[in-house]
Order: sequence, then structure tokens, then C-alpha cells
Amino acid sequence: MALSAKTLKVGDTHTARLVEDLKRTQIVQYAGASGDYNPLHTDEVFTTKVAGYPSVFAHGMLTMGMTGKMLTDYVGDARLTKYGVRFTNQVWPGDTLDSTATVKAVTEKDGVKLVELDVSTVNQNGVVVVSGYAEARIDP
Amino acid sequence: MAAKRFPVEASHILMFARSVGDDNPVYSDEEAAKKTEAGGIIAPPTFAQSSAQFDPDYFLRPKIGQPWFGSGKEPTGVKREAGGGGGGGGGGLHAEQHFEYHRHLKPGDVLTATTQPGKTWEKESARAGKLLFSESVTEYRDQNGELVITARGVGVRTERPVDSKA
Repeated sequence: MALSAKTLKVGDTHTARLVEDLKRTQIVQYAGASGDYNPLHTDEVFTTKVAGYPSVFAHGMLTMGMTGKMLTDYVGDARLTKYGVRFTNQVWPGDTLDSTATVKAVTEKDGVKLVELDVSTVNQNGVVVVSGYAEARIDP
Repeated sequence: MAAKRFPVEASHILMFARSVGDDNPVYSDEEAAKKTEAGGIIAPPTFAQSSAQFDPDYFLRPKIGQPWFGSGKEPTGVKREAGGGGGGGGGGLHAEQHFEYHRHLKPGDVLTATTQPGKTWEKESARAGKLLFSESVTEYRDQNGELVITARGVGVRTERPVDSKA
């Protein structure tokens, strides 16, 4: 199941749908689990009337967390060594997100084979919401 | 994020994995997890962020007896100084997050999180006006003092709410 340096090629991709029609309730669920209760994510009254946004929006970390599932499903459990992202656009209730990992390089450090990945998550309009990278241990 | 004691617990991992839509049994099923390479339940890759639950001063959690800026009778429970835009009183938005895993977290770990401020910089943006970025680096150490995760976060305060591209 683990990826292998023998078979991976630069440019290989893995894509997964992260969520279809993101619900406000899932954002509430993430607030409760993560402990980030910023009203911008769960309090429509505050967010529209005080903060000036059209609606509540997802925590960046929710999108990073969902994108993490795409990565760990691809590279395997306990294999990630690095994972980082920039939050490039907001994610709103109702959004559908798809995420892709693209093999950038296969490297070796201290005798361990690693894969470097480019990571990108887009919404239903093709707008990139999360852009980043990951590195994972792979089999020889 | 600073937490003197962040106990990693199986029920918290289960709730966190559910919230990000991840049904991988390695996060919830001890027997199934034992058969994986992880050798037992581990935490999902972004779980360390929930150390907020264990930061006594975390300002995005309502605290007993203290004003809260979310809505109740009024749209906000706290009057803010004028001029703050997109942060919406929430201390700004999250711009970047980076994790380096020295090993993966598992139930039973008791972590300490210490945060150091990093660089700050400014940028002009068409979508949100002046942006003030600030970086922080959090080191998560386990019960043996071993560094398990290094996290680097970048926050941004915007002059006005961000215009959506889509």
C-alpha cells in the first residue's frame, strides 16, 4: 500500500474529492474539535453584521485538515514528514472541494526514500483555496 | 499557541478526525490501527492545532465571566475600536500553516507547546487593503522532552474584509 520510489514518477498525481456542498454544521464540528471558536466561522450574525463578510466561512485549518486526508490516503498512515500550506482563498458553506497531490521529486535523506509533493485544493469554480507542499517517507 | 499540558486522548482524536471528514480507522479503531504501519491509533496530521483547547489564554474561546465578541442580544458582545476590518475582531485570519513531523502523535502522549514570535511583514493587497503578517513557531515536545512536531503559523490582519475571488 505504501508508495515506492521504484514506481513513483515526477508528475504522478493523486486526486480526491474532500467535501461536496460543505455544511455549516461541519464547520461547527471543526470549531468544537479544534477549539477555535472564532465567530467568523460559526456566528452568521456577527460575521455578516460586524465583520462585513457575506456569510460565515470555514477555518483555513478545516480545509488543511480535509486536504490532509487526501495526503494520508495517498502516502499511507504515519508517513508524512512535512506538510505546509498557504490559505489563498476563503472556503464558504456550499463549496465543493477537490484536492490534488503531484509528485515533484523523489529524494533520499539518511538512507530513507522521500517523496516531495505539491498540494493544491480547489473549489467548484476552479479557484485555489489551499496551496502547499508535503513530504513523506516512501518504500525503496 | 502555548499549552503547559496537552494530553493527547483517543476520544479527542476521534472527534477531530470526524470533523475533518476522515474516517480512516487508524484514528478511531484500536484493533484496526494495530494492524497498520502506525502500530496503533495516531492523530491526523493537523491535530496539533487543537492544542488551542489546552491554552488557558486562547482568545478565540469564550471564557466564563468575560465578554465575548460573538453575537447574543446584539451582533457583537464587545465594542471594538473603529477601523479594524477583515479580522472582524477575531484577531485576523490564518495565512499559512506548516508542520514538520518528527513522529506522529498517539493517545497517551502528554505534550508541552511553546510558541515563539517570528518575523512580521506588510503587504498591500487589492482584495483587502494593507496586510500585516506575523509569524509564530510552536514546538511540541512529548512527556520525554522529545521534539515531536514543529509548527509554523502565519497570521494576517487585513485593513478591510477580503473580497472573494469566486
